[in-house]
Amino acid sequence: MLRDITIGQYYPAESVIHKLDPRTKLMATLVYILSLFLFRNVAGFAAVTFWLLLVIRMSKVPFGYMVKGLKAIVIILVITVVFNLFLTPGETLISFWKLRITEEGLRNAVFMTVRLIYLILGSSILTLTTTPNQLTDGLEKSLKPLNKIHVPVHEIAMMMSIALRFIPILIEETDKIMKAQLARGADFESGNLVKKAKAMVPLLVPLFISAFRRANDLALAMEARCYHGGEGRTKMKPLKYKRVDFIVYLAVAGYFAAVILLRRF
Amino acid sequence: MNFIEARKLVHEYIRRDEEDNVESILTALDGVDLDVKQGEFVAVLGHNGSGKSTLAKHLNVLLAPGGGTLWVDGKDAEDADNLWAIRQSTGMVFQNPDNQIIASVVEEDVGFGPENIGVPTAEILKRVEKSLKSVGMIQYREHSPNRLSGGQKQRVAIAGVMAMEPKCIVLDEPTAMLDPNGRREVLEAVEQLNREKGMTVILITHYMEEVTGADRVYVMDNGKVVMQGTPRAIFSQVDTLKSYRLDVPQITLLAYELRKAGLAIPEGILTRQELVEALCRLY
Amino acid sequence: MSIILDKVNYVYSEKTAYEIHALKDVSLKISDGEFIGIIGHTGSGKSTLIQHLNGLVRASSGGIYYNGEDIGDDDFNRKELRSKVGLVFQYPEHQLFETTVFADVCFGPKNQGHSRKQSELKAFTALRSVGLPEDYWYRSPFELSGGQKRRAAIAGVLAMEPEVLILDEPTAGLDPKGRDEILGLVAGLHKERRMTVILVSHSMEDVAKYVGRLIVMNRGSVMYDGTPAEVFAHYQELEAVGLAAPQVTYLMHELRGRGIPANGTATTLEEAKQSILQAFSEKCR
Repeated sequence: MLRDITIGQYYPAESVIHKLDPRTKLMATLVYILSLFLFRNVAGFAAVTFWLLLVIRMSKVPFGYMVKGLKAIVIILVITVVFNLFLTPGETLISFWKLRITEEGLRNAVFMTVRLIYLILGSSILTLTTTPNQLTDGLEKSLKPLNKIHVPVHEIAMMMSIALRFIPILIEETDKIMKAQLARGADFESGNLVKKAKAMVPLLVPLFISAFRRANDLALAMEARCYHGGEGRTKMKPLKYKRVDFIVYLAVAGYFAAVILLRRF
Repeated sequence: MNFIEARKLVHEYIRRDEEDNVESILTALDGVDLDVKQGEFVAVLGHNGSGKSTLAKHLNVLLAPGGGTLWVDGKDAEDADNLWAIRQSTGMVFQNPDNQIIASVVEEDVGFGPENIGVPTAEILKRVEKSLKSVGMIQYREHSPNRLSGGQKQRVAIAGVMAMEPKCIVLDEPTAMLDPNGRREVLEAVEQLNREKGMTVILITHYMEEVTGADRVYVMDNGKVVMQGTPRAIFSQVDTLKSYRLDVPQITLLAYELRKAGLAIPEGILTRQELVEALCRLY
Repeated sequence: MSIILDKVNYVYSEKTAYEIHALKDVSLKISDGEFIGIIGHTGSGKSTLIQHLNGLVRASSGGIYYNGEDIGDDDFNRKELRSKVGLVFQYPEHQLFETTVFADVCFGPKNQGHSRKQSELKAFTALRSVGLPEDYWYRSPFELSGGQKRRAAIAGVLAMEPEVLILDEPTAGLDPKGRDEILGLVAGLHKERRMTVILVSHSMEDVAKYVGRLIVMNRGSVMYDGTPAEVFAHYQELEAVGLAAPQVTYLMHELRGRGIPANGTATTLEEAKQSILQAFSEKCR
């Protein structure tokens, strides 16, 4: 049921993208997301598509595996399409009953859908090719200046990496609890909103209790292994830029310039 | 001095109500004496709630003694300055394999301990490799822990402790959540560390089959040490063990029953081989 | 009354890198009043199998018939099936959620549509039959010990008055005494109520002692299906797939190898003891 979500999962493979410094990947992802909201014509769309496909290809993550991650956002996609399609004013293309589809609406719907899909695909490349630990290391190091204004950067990074580690475990556990309650005749599907919300109680109570228990166990395990915050900590895999990172930075800059230039057409 | 020396160790869990009045006191440890020599394999048996886990958490100073004294590796556990030194020299493996793996990649998890104690990068990599090899998990170094079996996860957890280069490893019911194969894997890894690396091992369990290879066994009940001795001496007292909600391995029990029925079988049979030999001699 | 499985297949994450063929052509007939043990490795398909029996998981292909009705039919009432085939999962922590044990046990009957009073009556009977002392009934289920939680969880399913009771490793993590108590309780339910019981277990010694029929799962298929004595006669084949017979079975074979006429089909301590004593008494005569 819930095991199909791929966002936040790491996919081990030997690729250039996997080997990049996480800071490079973070920056590239940021630029890519920005570019998604900058293109506004077919030429820009082509450039973004080309870039996305190139990166997916280089990452050696099977395309089908990535697309599966989109399942989680199907509902959001449908809502986006419906809203854009019917609620955008402009030249009427087709109309029936009280609804009408405008040319602008169609255009918006297509672009928004593409943007959302590209957004998920692009950011999932980041998480699929970067281990959560590298990712948080990257964030920790990129955000280190914030330490000066008393932002607990190390602690936040640690919490993120633990959250990422436990998301799949908790998803699996939710599945098990759901089955245990279904076996006792629980009904999670029928009824109105209030009834449905009430039906979640037998699912959420065991889940929360388990999560607290796990948190407690984990805290003990970390303490037992001498964890005492970021001070005096060394790194097993310290971040170091390599030549390929600089090349990628240049490529990203080139890509961004191209997207901006293509806006003129 | 022994590696671990506990004298009259006491620990109480005190429950308070909202006004901070004491509601109830649960004495989890009630005057426990424990001696473990360097390189020994000691097993602690006891039913659920007998206090054995509480004892384990003291050895790594996750809990502070409420009374009595505890010395680990020549250091007083009550002195806060010794906290990190003791935690480094006495590693701990817990029951639930999922709740003690911190990182999402096997090797990064094994490196977590050394990172915390400030080991230089090059040295961490060496230690990670060595530890993973010592538990036979090196081929999984880049895997996600989520797709490993329970036994494999526990071996990763053991490697994570080994990478801190401790002198002693305490395992708190490491096999309670595993299937028979996982149990065997973990037990073999632990016995090998004890035999080949001279690691001091303290194994806490309620599976009787797991303690036959131990040098000495402690049995706990109600926060007290009620029996101690070699596995053979302990397992020859079947009725006493049963009164502590424990059991003996099936073969030991059979030998005991046959003895009760009148066959002249020696006391404290531990293995199938021993029983076969004893019966053949009689036949 | 019976459950029939006809060539049931189940495939997880079909057409992906993680595709797992969890069940392969499983055909079984489970008759009324049987006490069945299912053993196998983690990942052998035994958990998937039992989840098919109450319709929690739907077969990828093949048919499952409950009293002759196909449970895969669109108009088959699967919710009702779940109250007839009660399934107790491995960890009671996954199902206990109410503020008191008693309220938690009422959850099942209430879902079945019984009135409050009827539900409470059923909860009362169920809690009685699992032998949980009354002092615990109005406490939070989270304050109970491991063994007591199991009892509460079993009561939660019994309160629905199922015809078949399936338990997935009900003794995991319990100490030896607690393990014997739970298995004794299950055996009692089978004996006194003539209830069909299916017990999933890792312990050969436990299943040998209690069940009348043993099903061995290996890599999604039924490897053996018979009485414990029949199944454990294949102890060498079991060993080849990483399973094992009870320790006494090995002992009996080793004794025979050494010329003592012990009974090679003994699978329990009691059988072994009788057989060895008999061998010795015959020798003396």
